[in-house]
Amino acid sequence: MHASIAFWNILKKDIKNYYLKPPNISWGIIFPLSWTLMQLVRSQGSIGILGLLPGLMAMSVLFGTTSMLAVTITFERRGRSFDRLLLAPVSISTLVFAKILGAILFGIFNAFVPVVFASFFTDLSGVDWGIAVIAAVLIAITSALLGLLIAISAREVFEAQTFSNFFRFPMLFLCGLYIPINNLPQLLKPISFCLPLTYGTDILNATIAGNSIFDIIFNIIVMLAFAALLFYLCQRNIKKKWIL
Amino acid sequence: MEIVNVTNLKKLYGEFPAVNEVSFSIKQGEVFGFLGPNGAGKTSTINMMTGLSRPAGGQITIDRIDAIKDVKKVQKIIGVIPDENNLYDEMDGFDNLCFCASLYGMRKKEREKQALELLEQFNLTKTGKRPFKAYSKGMKRKLTIAAGIIHNPKILFLDEPTTGIDIESARQIRELVLDLKKQGKTIFITTHYIEEAERICDRIAFIVNGRIVKIGTVTELMESVDHEHKIKLQLDNGIEGIKKELEDNFSNCRIEIPDENSCLIISKERIALSPILQLLDNKGISVYEAKEIKPSLEDVFVKVTGIKASKLIKEKEKVGK
Ligand SMILES: Nc1ncnc2c1ncn2[C@@H]1O[C@H](COP(=O)(O)OP(=O)(O)OP(=O)(O)O)[C@@H](O)[C@H]1O
Ligand SMILES: [Mg+2]
Repeated sequence: MHASIAFWNILKKDIKNYYLKPPNISWGIIFPLSWTLMQLVRSQGSIGILGLLPGLMAMSVLFGTTSMLAVTITFERRGRSFDRLLLAPVSISTLVFAKILGAILFGIFNAFVPVVFASFFTDLSGVDWGIAVIAAVLIAITSALLGLLIAISAREVFEAQTFSNFFRFPMLFLCGLYIPINNLPQLLKPISFCLPLTYGTDILNATIAGNSIFDIIFNIIVMLAFAALLFYLCQRNIKKKWIL
Repeated sequence: MEIVNVTNLKKLYGEFPAVNEVSFSIKQGEVFGFLGPNGAGKTSTINMMTGLSRPAGGQITIDRIDAIKDVKKVQKIIGVIPDENNLYDEMDGFDNLCFCASLYGMRKKEREKQALELLEQFNLTKTGKRPFKAYSKGMKRKLTIAAGIIHNPKILFLDEPTTGIDIESARQIRELVLDLKKQGKTIFITTHYIEEAERICDRIAFIVNGRIVKIGTVTELMESVDHEHKIKLQLDNGIEGIKKELEDNFSNCRIEIPDENSCLIISKERIALSPILQLLDNKGISVYEAKEIKPSLEDVFVKVTGIKASKLIKEKEKVGK
């Protein structure tokens, strides 16, 4: 009871203070939108909207969650208000859950911006949206945890942003978003399979574009395993780095 | 009864011992002060006691709970007012207080009631709807204190609550601390103002370079250093001429003449006044007043730590900006 009151209020405060602020909402809409437009213009219909949609969704989630965590965590740590959370009788895992849930919700919202946009141009009725939502949720969870892992190590907001770009951009090219994994150089392929986004994109590819490398269930299990591993790493690093 | 027990507490930053084998205990309901200069290890000690930092060694027991192993349990019964205000800039006073209360599991009705009461008590009702960043320094400090006590903690940690704010706000804060003591709270406070420590603390520890060099009640601290006895005489003029004669007659005393109407008699032993008065009377000098000059806590601090009190404060004010 006690912990759940704290949990909801941390989440509510983050949503009100950060996620619902006009600049962040518009970023959450404009960013996926501009990528969508750019891709559409570039590909001139040769791949088709359905072929692009999985990549756009995955990317929107990745950027949305990681950049928000850099703000909500690093910013509060700099301003010392984060100490307030560490001083509260709330376990670190409750705290981490509350902090990332906001980012996860924001990421899921981001994921469906390109979908809404695409629905004006193409028929999306063949897509199993239940599975697409599961994929978006899993991508959001793993990206949020990855963002958290980065935010834990960063002292400044810009540092967190720079760190995340180190991960984000290579990830875009290695996860089969734009270049199918089978077309990647042999050397890079193993790296692809170490990235959670690869499996998330694969689920989206399966349900939206109808082509995938792995079975959906397998992808989901791998994603959950990644989430558990990242959660463990985050907790360990938080204890090491935040409570000095 | 002792509610806080700290033994051989140690904190290392790399090789550097910021807190070095510090031991002390705090009795239930007492105001216990840490008095020390910049970098003495005051904040480091508080951080270890409140779960923000991990000790390199030693034990901390708070209300019979092991505060190193069971941090979260201890955090339920303590309130912390850090040296820097750490509320949320964008949120107003009321929301800040309610949010802090929610972290302790307080329900909405209760939080709101407490928040309103505290705003009222701290004269912040009018500014309750302004974002925290628009508050003045003194108001920020007061709201930070309100946020630290909203969950009605048993033990309070205040890290330099009056540094860098105006005199009136500082006075209000000191009064509040005494109020909280009256309500039965145990209070740990750090400060670099000697006067403040003297006025509100039941017991004081002098901390320098990560070590406690002296600990005791104000009276105990005063008695702990062997000081000289000083008596100041107020007289009509003419003392100049008999300084030597006084010294010759009372060889265990030193005589100082700060101005032409007064005279200081200083001695290692207690001073018997009547022979001196008699001698002065014989010389036709009238004495209007004799006053014993007691050493101040500041004198004791300087003597024990070797740190000039004025230097301590000046350094601090710069930081407080
Ligand atoms: N995170 C840190 N890393 C390295 N050294 C630190 C750290 N925090 C504190 N120190 C050092 O430890 C010593 C004690 O610092 P602390 O903040 O506890 O002093 P303080 O008594 O609170 O001083 P002040 O009156 O300035 O607040 C100082 O020399 C400080 O430089
Ligand atoms: Mg300090």
